[in-house]
Amino acid sequence: MRWEKNLILLAAAGVFFVLTSILAGRGLISRFVLLTMTQVCIYIILALGLNLITGFTGQLSIGHAGFMSIGAYGAGFIMKTFDVQAGPTLIFFIPFALIFGVLVAAAFGVLLGLPTLRLRGDYLAIATIGFGEIVRIVLLNTKALGGASGMPLKQFVGWGAAYWLMLLSVVLIYNFVNSSHGRACIAIRENEIAAETMGINTTKYKVMAFAIGAGLAGLAGGIYANHMYMIQPSTFNFLKSFEILVMVVLGGLGSITGCILGAIVMTVMNNALGIFPEIRMIIVSVLLVTMMIFRPNGLMGTTELRLPFRRGPFGTKGDMTNGG
Amino acid sequence: MAAETKQFLRVENLSQSFSGLKAVTNFSMQMEEGELVGLIGPNGAGKTTIFNLLSGIYTPTAGTIIFRGEKLNGLPTYKVAQRGLARTFQNIRLFADLSVADNVKIAYHQHVTHTALSSMLRLPGHYKNEKIMRDKALELLKVFQLEDKAAEQAKNLPYGQQRRLEIARAMATEPKLLLLDEPAAGMNPQETRELMELIRWLRETYALTILLIEHDMSLVMGVCERVYVLEYGMLLTVGTPDEVRSDQRVIDAYLGEEAQ
Repeated sequence: MRWEKNLILLAAAGVFFVLTSILAGRGLISRFVLLTMTQVCIYIILALGLNLITGFTGQLSIGHAGFMSIGAYGAGFIMKTFDVQAGPTLIFFIPFALIFGVLVAAAFGVLLGLPTLRLRGDYLAIATIGFGEIVRIVLLNTKALGGASGMPLKQFVGWGAAYWLMLLSVVLIYNFVNSSHGRACIAIRENEIAAETMGINTTKYKVMAFAIGAGLAGLAGGIYANHMYMIQPSTFNFLKSFEILVMVVLGGLGSITGCILGAIVMTVMNNALGIFPEIRMIIVSVLLVTMMIFRPNGLMGTTELRLPFRRGPFGTKGDMTNGG
Repeated sequence: MAAETKQFLRVENLSQSFSGLKAVTNFSMQMEEGELVGLIGPNGAGKTTIFNLLSGIYTPTAGTIIFRGEKLNGLPTYKVAQRGLARTFQNIRLFADLSVADNVKIAYHQHVTHTALSSMLRLPGHYKNEKIMRDKALELLKVFQLEDKAAEQAKNLPYGQQRRLEIARAMATEPKLLLLDEPAAGMNPQETRELMELIRWLRETYALTILLIEHDMSLVMGVCERVYVLEYGMLLTVGTPDEVRSDQRVIDAYLGEEAQ
């Protein structure tokens, strides 16, 4: 049953990919739409990471763009240093650059996590804002990485890679959250003292959540860097962090399908309203306020959208390990 | 009785002050393996503070806690729990939004051996450990007559069942010493009697040592073998339920005349 279900999902994902590729090849999906779809993938990866930190583990973090920029510059640095050109070497260099970005970002996640996780709530949020700004300003003043004018790069990662990496991230996070380790993180959100009293090393799991979340942001950054031709420190400012947080909150803190939905809604809306920049933020604000009134826990709350598969006899909320 | 080689629990001259307020002063106690001991006293006497000290939530200002030959004070809370000391809370601290089964499974987490990576990649270790956890959780829920509520959110349980779930969750850590902080609070006499049976049964089945705080004297006098009485953060007296019940100081400080 487990495999049956996974195969159906994988087949559906494959069909969607083939379909979009054919349509894009025939010009039925415009470049703008394909760009939006790629951006949706990047934002889903970002939102997943932040959701793990803020939604599941309950640690309010508003510095996610910082991790994203570390991943972007990490991957960009590899591509620049080895002067990677189009050709067969890409098979090696693209994964190398992306993994390098992920690892550097995750390392910074641990580095930020260890000292700041003694902080709670608002204080942690302020520390993470500070972190994001520090990263941006350091990048702004690092000539070797291009400084304020940024780092020009080639477009080596397209819709396909972004799509499959997004799906991979979804699966990894879904598996993590629906496991003993994920439940340890959720226990911290629910009641930190009780979690600690039940023998859970809360510091370890907070740092783990930060490392995984930051690593995913690094992955998103790496994809972004290799897709957008250009990375600049100003792209990864406080507003970017805030935008990612809004996606997670809009979708529902602690819901994977929720944050995917949030990322799709926000990215599509941002791009669709790009022609009216004056009213874009107004519409976003109105949307948020409306949501606070009608769905204060986000579109999904902590629940997940579920496909109509059979549930196990002991299947509890978020427990798909016993056959779905 | 003195200088035994490996006493189960030995607390010596434990003190805790919160910026001048002395919550517990020079508290000493001993427990033998398998004992069922009560801790009573008026509100604010420092009973829960002692639980917080024992379970590592507070670090004592002075004194030592030796549990099975190992010093506990100074250890982080989760390590105390991993040494085999579990507790419940006076104000229920369940993982409210999670299912009843997940509450119990989380407490079993310290015993799983698979890594987070093997869960993310769904390696065989993940399935093996998750199955063990699920079976353990189901078994405990059966004992506590909560198995039909397994999928229910913990916050939706009635009060008495939430208290039972707290004990079930503490039991999932597979403790040697169980601290129960007012387990009968908010229960009706019938539920209290059932709880008494459950406590006795748990102790026999799992060879458990239990220390409990309780205001319900029928429960304390019914199950405890020895009772420590606290007043103003200090030990007033210790003895069998009968000795304590007839001690004039305890009557004056806590029980009141009619309890005789």
